[in-house]
Amino acid sequence: MFALLGISPQQLFQQLLVGLINGSFYALLSLGLSVIFGMLNIVNFAHGALYMMGAFAAYFLLNLLGLNYWFALVLAPLIVGAFGALLERVLLRRLAGLDPLYSLLLTFGLALVIQGLFQNFFGSSGLPYAMPSQLTGATNLGFMFLPIYRGWVVVFSAVVCFSTWFLIEKTRLGAYLRAATENPTLVRAFGINVPRMITLTYAFGIGLAALAGVLAAPIYQVRPAMGADIISVVFAVVVIGGMGSILGSIVTGFALGIIEGLTKVFYPEASNTVVFVIMAFVLLIRPAGLFGRTA
Amino acid sequence: MTDAMLAPAKTASAAAPLLKISGLEAWYGESHILHGVDFDVRPGEVVTLLGRNGAGKTTTLKSIMGIVGKRKGSARFEGKEIIGLASDRIARLGIALCPEERGIFASLSVQENLMLPPRIAASGGLTLDRIFTLFPNLKERLASGGSKLSGGEQQMLAIARILRTGAKLLMLDEPTEGLAPVIIQQIGRTIAELKQEGFTILLVEQNFRFASTVADRYFVMEHGRVIDAFANSELEANMGKLHDYLGV
Ligand SMILES: Nc1ncnc2c1ncn2[C@@H]1O[C@H](COP(=O)(O)OP(=O)(O)OP(=O)(O)O)[C@@H](O)[C@H]1O
Ligand SMILES: [Mg+2]
Repeated sequence: MFALLGISPQQLFQQLLVGLINGSFYALLSLGLSVIFGMLNIVNFAHGALYMMGAFAAYFLLNLLGLNYWFALVLAPLIVGAFGALLERVLLRRLAGLDPLYSLLLTFGLALVIQGLFQNFFGSSGLPYAMPSQLTGATNLGFMFLPIYRGWVVVFSAVVCFSTWFLIEKTRLGAYLRAATENPTLVRAFGINVPRMITLTYAFGIGLAALAGVLAAPIYQVRPAMGADIISVVFAVVVIGGMGSILGSIVTGFALGIIEGLTKVFYPEASNTVVFVIMAFVLLIRPAGLFGRTA
Repeated sequence: MTDAMLAPAKTASAAAPLLKISGLEAWYGESHILHGVDFDVRPGEVVTLLGRNGAGKTTTLKSIMGIVGKRKGSARFEGKEIIGLASDRIARLGIALCPEERGIFASLSVQENLMLPPRIAASGGLTLDRIFTLFPNLKERLASGGSKLSGGEQQMLAIARILRTGAKLLMLDEPTEGLAPVIIQQIGRTIAELKQEGFTILLVEQNFRFASTVADRYFVMEHGRVIDAFANSELEANMGKLHDYLGV
């Protein structure tokens, strides 16, 4: 079959892997967007910029403080998440209850400002971030060579996504979150500090973006525009999966990464647009998204 | 309103009130709904707010709970002013609301709904075993989704979940609305048992036949004010007036 299509299995698996890698980033980013959308009812256009800040945080932790990749994996989400908490407290909270259009404009503006500042200070070209030594090299799987770092990114992202899903759908903390998504007033009247929960939820979503940024740093370069480059696809993923659906954003993220990869093999010309074509079809057939609840 | 109406009813104890509302006003946006509500609830009592649709009963409970946009006047719980507090702080002091619309969370299972309100006191709440004795149906439905329950089951769940927390004052907003007679009876028995356990209950009811089986005192509301008050022993004597007030 491969021969018939003029495609080597090697090539197919390579692109599948690239697709899975991209899918990991899509899933982590759209998951954070969904968590934030569910709780705060805002579309966080600053998400890409905060992903980029995660990568920069890893870069500075290494080059200024000598803290390696493993530290960055923990610290960068905390640092950027804290920055997110500040944004929520100082800016976004003021827009609560208003038309979501305002928060959309605000976060869009924030994205431009953050990216502009980083471009101003660090230029547009990328800064290199070395792969952690434990994860360099490749392993022969028989049917293909798997670069270890890439395998790590896919597995680790899947674990983080699944844990987040578990946290939200299966734990008591998650029950608070789901309840507050439905009826924040009543949840608060039961004695739960909902405003603090909202801040922490935003910080958590941002933390996921920053984590994706750290994972991306050794693969792509650390660049101010890296967030802007990926975010439009991520928004398409969120639209396809359904706004606010946790499982939907994870599954759709990985699936669209793979579909993109396969398109590169079978019809490379369409690989940059296939996600948007799918988005258009989904919007026509199921406007609430594949996993979205129709209101 | 005359002083006689506000004077403590003869049957009730002379203890300091657990909740004292005076001059309570409330607004939804621009519309002024409560125009100075006054009443009190003493420890261990069941007090019922009566009044026609739109009289402001629900708004009164929401104002006490701190979930009405703007409120003024005074609400003291155990002597502490709560009118300016956020609702989570008010809940932590020991007040719990069972809302008129029941507020069962559809995305949570029955078990999750039941366990949602955090304990606010180390002691005082009912154990799960006790709750399941009061509401045996709930035990069988624990794994169901919150949206899958019948109206009666939803009402039981809405009451059950505030019994665990250790709140002293339970505010029940029309717990019998739209329910079958057997379920109304079950809820009546439950309220009586809760009273025996020492809970203080502020009940809103349209159905004063039902209320008369559990209430110690009544306050009648009209147009955002309390316009009359009497004890349960005075119910028969006030029947004529009540029919006028409630238009039944
Ligand atoms: N969210 C709201 N926004 C604006 N006005 C409201 C709102 N809720 C209630 N009202 C108005 O406030 C007044 C009092 O309503 P409330 O719900 O307190 O009455 P109630 O005594 O509980 O009536 P019912 O017996 O029908 O439950 C009514 O005129 C109602 O229209
Ligand atoms: Mg009402």
